[in-house]
Amino acid sequence: MTPQTPLRWTRKDLLGIADLSAGEIELILDTADSFAEIGERPIKKVPTLRGKTVINLFFEASTRTRSSFEIAEKRLSADNINFSTSGSALEKGETLVDTAMNLQAMAPDLVVIRHGHPGVPHMLASRIKAGVINAGDGAHEHPTQALLDAYTIRRHKKKIAGLKVAILGDIEHSRVVRSNIHLLHKLGAKVTVGGPRTLMPVAMEKMGVEVAYSLDEAIHGADVIMMLRVQLERQGKMSFPSVREYFQLFGLTTERLKAAKKDVIIMHPGPMNRGVEISSELADGPYSVILEQVTHGVSVRMAVLYLLSGVHEETV
Amino acid sequence: MAKNLKPKTTILDAKQMARIIRRMAGEIIETDRDLSRLLLVGIRTRGVPLAEKIAAEIEGMEGQKVPVGILDITLYRDDLSTVAAQPQVKGTHLPRSLDDCIVVLCDDVLYTGRTVRAALDELIDFGRPKAVKLAVLIDRGHRELPIQADFVGKEVPTAQNEVIEVSFQATDGTEQVRILERGTRA
Amino acid sequence: MAKLLIHGGRVIDPSQDLDGVFDVLIEDGEVAKIDGAIKKPKGAEAFDASGRVVSPGLIDIHVHLREPGQEYKETVRTGTMAAAAGGFTAVACMANTEPVNDNRSVTELILSEGEKWGFARVHPIGAISKGLKGEELAEIGEMLRAGAVAVSDDGKPVMNAELMRRALLYAQHFGVAVIQHAEDLTLTGAGVMHEGEWSTKLGLPGIPGAAEDVMVARDIILAEDTAGRYHVAHLSTARSLDMCRRAKAQGLRVTCEVAPHHLILTDEEVAKSGFSTNTKMKPPLRSARDREALVNGLADGTVDCIASDHAPHHADEKDVQFNLAPFGILGLETTLSLCLDRLVRPGILSLPRLVELLSTGPARVLNLPGGTLKTGSPADVTVFDPSEKVTIRAASFRSRSRNTPFDGWKLHGRPVATFLGGRRVET
Repeated sequence: MTPQTPLRWTRKDLLGIADLSAGEIELILDTADSFAEIGERPIKKVPTLRGKTVINLFFEASTRTRSSFEIAEKRLSADNINFSTSGSALEKGETLVDTAMNLQAMAPDLVVIRHGHPGVPHMLASRIKAGVINAGDGAHEHPTQALLDAYTIRRHKKKIAGLKVAILGDIEHSRVVRSNIHLLHKLGAKVTVGGPRTLMPVAMEKMGVEVAYSLDEAIHGADVIMMLRVQLERQGKMSFPSVREYFQLFGLTTERLKAAKKDVIIMHPGPMNRGVEISSELADGPYSVILEQVTHGVSVRMAVLYLLSGVHEETV
Repeated sequence: MAKNLKPKTTILDAKQMARIIRRMAGEIIETDRDLSRLLLVGIRTRGVPLAEKIAAEIEGMEGQKVPVGILDITLYRDDLSTVAAQPQVKGTHLPRSLDDCIVVLCDDVLYTGRTVRAALDELIDFGRPKAVKLAVLIDRGHRELPIQADFVGKEVPTAQNEVIEVSFQATDGTEQVRILERGTRA
Repeated sequence: MAKLLIHGGRVIDPSQDLDGVFDVLIEDGEVAKIDGAIKKPKGAEAFDASGRVVSPGLIDIHVHLREPGQEYKETVRTGTMAAAAGGFTAVACMANTEPVNDNRSVTELILSEGEKWGFARVHPIGAISKGLKGEELAEIGEMLRAGAVAVSDDGKPVMNAELMRRALLYAQHFGVAVIQHAEDLTLTGAGVMHEGEWSTKLGLPGIPGAAEDVMVARDIILAEDTAGRYHVAHLSTARSLDMCRRAKAQGLRVTCEVAPHHLILTDEEVAKSGFSTNTKMKPPLRSARDREALVNGLADGTVDCIASDHAPHHADEKDVQFNLAPFGILGLETTLSLCLDRLVRPGILSLPRLVELLSTGPARVLNLPGGTLKTGSPADVTVFDPSEKVTIRAASFRSRSRNTPFDGWKLHGRPVATFLGGRRVET
């Protein structure tokens, strides 16, 4: 009996979920399982990326994602450096191409990048030898978020295939929803997106999802509910009149949750707007796995850093 | 089987393996009279069935259940920068705090010693064992580090182009130890 | 003056319903005779056009030459050289230069540069509004007297309906067309690609087709009320095409042009190319449905001409992320080959119809001399090979810029030579 050759990670970069196979996704999730245990040791460190340099290039402010990556990097013993926008050359209008060439000259092993414009990680990846991890590019993709979401779902529901997942909120501006749709479809789940018409992108159904314009319709029979953060200041005054109206129409409350399955889990990529997209009661209640997502985020990011660090020029 | 490897000889069959493991278990009991602090830690992959078998023998002989842990040393390897793609990580599971434990690391084959070095590094990250000992089924020589086993099943001198193949029921469906030879291209 | 005999080619001249193998005799810079087997007069030059097509010089009525002010992208010299290399004998260039061409001096500068270098005839299009600000009418009469041929604020739309109405009225004093870059900027917003399935997938802000359509709808009503001459630049949607079709049926003086990239690529190209900024232009690449409708509009006569919207940008400017890159791609050196390969070869258009869309049509829309080989007309001639294999190589372009999505495309059909007033143009 020949053992099945285990799938190996061979991509230099992690730019999005859209191009990954189900096998690659499962490899990352399975690898994350092994890393979860490290967070429970007295010494939360392994020497795996010792001597490797990871640069965190965050063009958009982010406490959550960046600190999650930072912890993951440090637990793998990597040397990490943070470049963020305030006061740096990034803010002084250096073009992306120049930033890439400067980075390349410093020869990092991995670069984690978040930017407000779609396609930026791809531009960077084609110009530098280091592996590039997309930590969010505009409204396009946020692969590690989708991966940690899937990991969290798997922990509670064992299998993703066949689940009904509802994603609610400002669909138009959300990279989390796009990455999640790709991933959940590849693993066999059914996705419904729900939100106000003014925040629903055109032709959304072409992504293979059900589109609902009411909360109750969207969460009906859902196994998993993912709430997205709604930032009315960002959307501009024309998309939604007020926070109060939003909560009336789309805020998730204990009462409205009854439309979902009894063992539903509630997720949120954070940070939450209590009283806007979700009631405090639900955010802190027994259905919520929001804090677990944060824990799993570190394990998943460690897994991604580990897998990408093994891809060298000769092997690409 | 990887291409280019041909079986040369079978050095142990299932019966011989069982006898050797029983003897090793006896040696361990003899050396560490206080079994209550003993922890057998199998190094993935085939150190694990070895540790489990030794534990079963000890229980059979002394009536004492010895805990068995699993150590995955992938993240501590010193050759990660040179391998083709990252090896699969399966995870480490140690049953309790290591402080004051007598840990007996178990592995199927002792060769260069690098696996054991990595295992020692990882163990230390979990606490401060009272002592760490090493039990191996086969010692094939060619050490690259100053590492030696405390309990050896069998010493088998080998050539560099040979491979020791240890098979356990749990991992490979059979119990035997063979020498394989790397074929040279005709 | 010199005599030239272009012999053995398939002469296609839609203005005379001509299509056959003929010789063309040129004397003193004019077409003297077209006939089968003309005997070469003594001392005349000869050009062998066997196996090729001989047509009235092709005219591109939507080109940005970038001079004055942005010579690092293109100049009148390099732009007209690119035109000649692409098989064009004349171009009409837009007014969004620096300074804007809203006065006689800039018009004269562009004209004199064009004449100095002599690669192609240059017909400046003057601005509709002063400084392209969309507030007050520019000195349209002055510019036209200096040699401008039409007016447009292209690059920008005329957003103010009242200003458009006045322009349509005023331009009638001079018998010229008002060309509109039809785009309601409030609907465009921060959009960078067509709003549809692909902008949704890529998370890029979208420009809805409605941004073009509401403007075209509005302007057609104004054209009706004013009886003005209205031309839609780079029309890109099925709905706008439909509105033009109905306007023409009503007898309104509405014309429209389509760019080759809208006939060949769709919004999916942004994804396929991995966010290449050479897929970013205005109006954006639209849906497959729009593309199909535009191609049908060529055949059924709704579209009056093909115009490239040649928009050079420096490599540094385009080498940024998609959101930040300027809109626009080159067109002069790819248009003919693309049209021959993608429209004629698959049988969508006949060769005479293509020639019409690239010469007779543009000449008619802007009332330009040219687009014909009738006896006595200036001998502006294009010779092209309708099927020879060619690979587009941006690195060899005569244009100063390189921003094209067609680099490396293997096509059938290419320009061979252009003649300006009987003189062979060397690039």
